[in-house]
Amino acid sequence: MNILYFAWLRERIGVAQEQRTPPDDVRTVEELMGWLAQQSPGHARAFENARLVRCAVDQEFVAQDAAIAGAQEIAFFPPVTGG
Amino acid sequence: MRRIIIQSADFDPGAELALLGNEAAGGIASFIGIVRVGREDGRRVAALTLEHYPGMTERALERIVQEAERRWALSGCTVIHRVGRLLPGAHIVFVGTASAHRAAALEATAFLIDWLKTGAPFWKAEEFEDGESEWVPARTADAAAAAAWER
Repeated sequence: MNILYFAWLRERIGVAQEQRTPPDDVRTVEELMGWLAQQSPGHARAFENARLVRCAVDQEFVAQDAAIAGAQEIAFFPPVTGG
Repeated sequence: MRRIIIQSADFDPGAELALLGNEAAGGIASFIGIVRVGREDGRRVAALTLEHYPGMTERALERIVQEAERRWALSGCTVIHRVGRLLPGAHIVFVGTASAHRAAALEATAFLIDWLKTGAPFWKAEEFEDGESEWVPARTADAAAAAAWER
């Protein structure tokens, strides 16, 4: 799946986008965050405080208990601050 | 008329108001967000950089505007949000609505700006005059303002 990062998550991880194939037992956004956190020290820093991370699955905001089955694009970012 | 634009270039508020005026409305309401220099803690902002999620931003704004049109009888609705690096005093966002009645235009404009702040994927980073920069944290007051429109 295509994974996107914005704002300080992008800065900590070092890329704006990457292709990842999580194992089958990673079923929710929360589980994906836990798995991604193990991929590099930058990922670990980005996901160290899950409470501050928001997510969109296929460009729709979702909660961290949302399922990721069949998702094409998953984005992680801090709470939005536009306007 | 529905105008939803995300751009790095500046916009002309007068021209946008004129377009809304062409909708033969009884009234027009608008809000313009501007980069401020001073923060509450006294640090001075040298620039603001706005990042967004291309694709999702357009969808989110479209949905927010549709919701405003569902709640109020609007003959025109414009949302323009800038992205990229903006200097103090620069325009950030324009929200304008036209309606036969002032209450609808004023309320819809307030709704749109409140929802924009919490429901569209934009992020602001502040650069300070000392060269440091930081991502702006979300304000609980903004979330409360948006939540007040839930119904």
